[in-house]
Amino acid sequence: MSDERFEPKIIAFLCNWCSYRAADLAGTARMKYQPNIRTIRVMCSGRVDPSFVLKAFSLGADGVMIAGCHPGECHYLEQNYKAMRRYEMLRHTLLAMGMEDHRLRLQWASAAEGNVLSAAINEMIEQVRALGPLNWPGLWSENGGHQAAIERLPHEHAEALEVSA
Amino acid sequence: MTAKPKLALYWAASCGGCEIAVLAIDEKILEVAAAFDIVLWPVAIDAKVHDIEKMADQSIDVCLFNGSIRNSEQEYMAQLLRRKSKILVAFGSCAHEGCIPGLANLAGREAIFDYVYRRSPSVDNPQGIVPQPEFEAPEGTLHIPVFYDTVKTLDQTVTVDYYVPGCPPEAENIYAIVKAVVAGLGGAPLPPAGTVLGKETTVCDECERTRNEKKIKAFKRTWEMIPNETDCLLEQGLVCCGLATRAGCGALCPKVNSPCIGCHGANAGVEDFGARMMTSLASVIDSNDPAEIRRIIQAGIPDPVGTFYRFSLPRSLLRRGALAGNGRGH
Repeated sequence: MSDERFEPKIIAFLCNWCSYRAADLAGTARMKYQPNIRTIRVMCSGRVDPSFVLKAFSLGADGVMIAGCHPGECHYLEQNYKAMRRYEMLRHTLLAMGMEDHRLRLQWASAAEGNVLSAAINEMIEQVRALGPLNWPGLWSENGGHQAAIERLPHEHAEALEVSA
Repeated sequence: MTAKPKLALYWAASCGGCEIAVLAIDEKILEVAAAFDIVLWPVAIDAKVHDIEKMADQSIDVCLFNGSIRNSEQEYMAQLLRRKSKILVAFGSCAHEGCIPGLANLAGREAIFDYVYRRSPSVDNPQGIVPQPEFEAPEGTLHIPVFYDTVKTLDQTVTVDYYVPGCPPEAENIYAIVKAVVAGLGGAPLPPAGTVLGKETTVCDECERTRNEKKIKAFKRTWEMIPNETDCLLEQGLVCCGLATRAGCGALCPKVNSPCIGCHGANAGVEDFGARMMTSLASVIDSNDPAEIRRIIQAGIPDPVGTFYRFSLPRSLLRRGALAGNGRGH
């Protein structure tokens, strides 16, 4: 129904040491954020391969968040810098493929920043809600009578033979 | 004399390079002709589709199918040859990954027709006529194939038994595969269905250049520099796809001072070629400053889809760009 509010599906990769704990803190402190986010805990934001993000979009996600420790505070020294560079590379490619900017977000949130993470989640949900559904796999379907055209071919081949005979 | 096994070769959306590659096995093509009864090969022999339609299902032993699927006629031929063949091989990059025709997935049918039939500078089409799948002529209704929005790989269309990588496949690999198939038809074990018939290592492993630590401040394009002939091309700043690309060519391009562009597709275990390139290149950028990183990427890689998905956009996780593209993105 057209008057129903669009509820985006957002996948969030949260690092074990900072951002997942920030989400935990938000929970224990009873900070509220909207339930459109599906969290996946990874050991480090540097573990998030671009293929994870692409797969999320290809399975129907409307947005993807990658969250990790602040630069300089990575549990694994400097892997979040790799996450930063991968995000930039991925953003560059997704924009070139025609995807809107706000559907992918990199967010730093320390274990003490439940408020920062919940505010970022709420902000991203509103941005993606305003963009509307992505439905990337829906782009792959054909419409234009191709099935009928396929089924017609063997009959046309038979008819062509009759004419030439 | 027992009947020879039957071989079919077909092309869909492709450039014809795979046909040349088959002939590049040189005089060994005579062994192929001696070993097989070739029932369909539009580029070389006069066989009719209607004859294939009349054959019993599974009566073709092997079909080497090159080209991607971008219209209804090609999809029909893929379905027909799947039904008639015991072994269907996606032969070459187009059938395997979508290849260059697959870059059309950055646009859709409307945008492609608009450019090709209306806006292209060499076109004179004052009435703005574009192809219609159906046309009423005085003699009756005429049909041409329906052009698709999205180029598909062969295995996104029908079930495929084996894949032969490469744009085009290497002659020695083709001959090795033909010999293996002949042996298989004689009872020798064949690889499991779904196998990519190629090496399981990367072009870097076949490249003889010296590799050191990679730290890159600026990506360069081939016209901007003449690289030295001894050091790793990526370390010299060229976007070389060797680290993500399946071996098999003997590092032909790096050997002649040109970076690998990834024509053999993703190495074994890599789901998305572009993702592997993105993650690798991101790792070697020598900066921790977001603004500088963005500048390095935007200046050095102006066409990320064409760089990372030149041969594999239809097979990639996202398969295509957004449709319409009116003001979205950059």
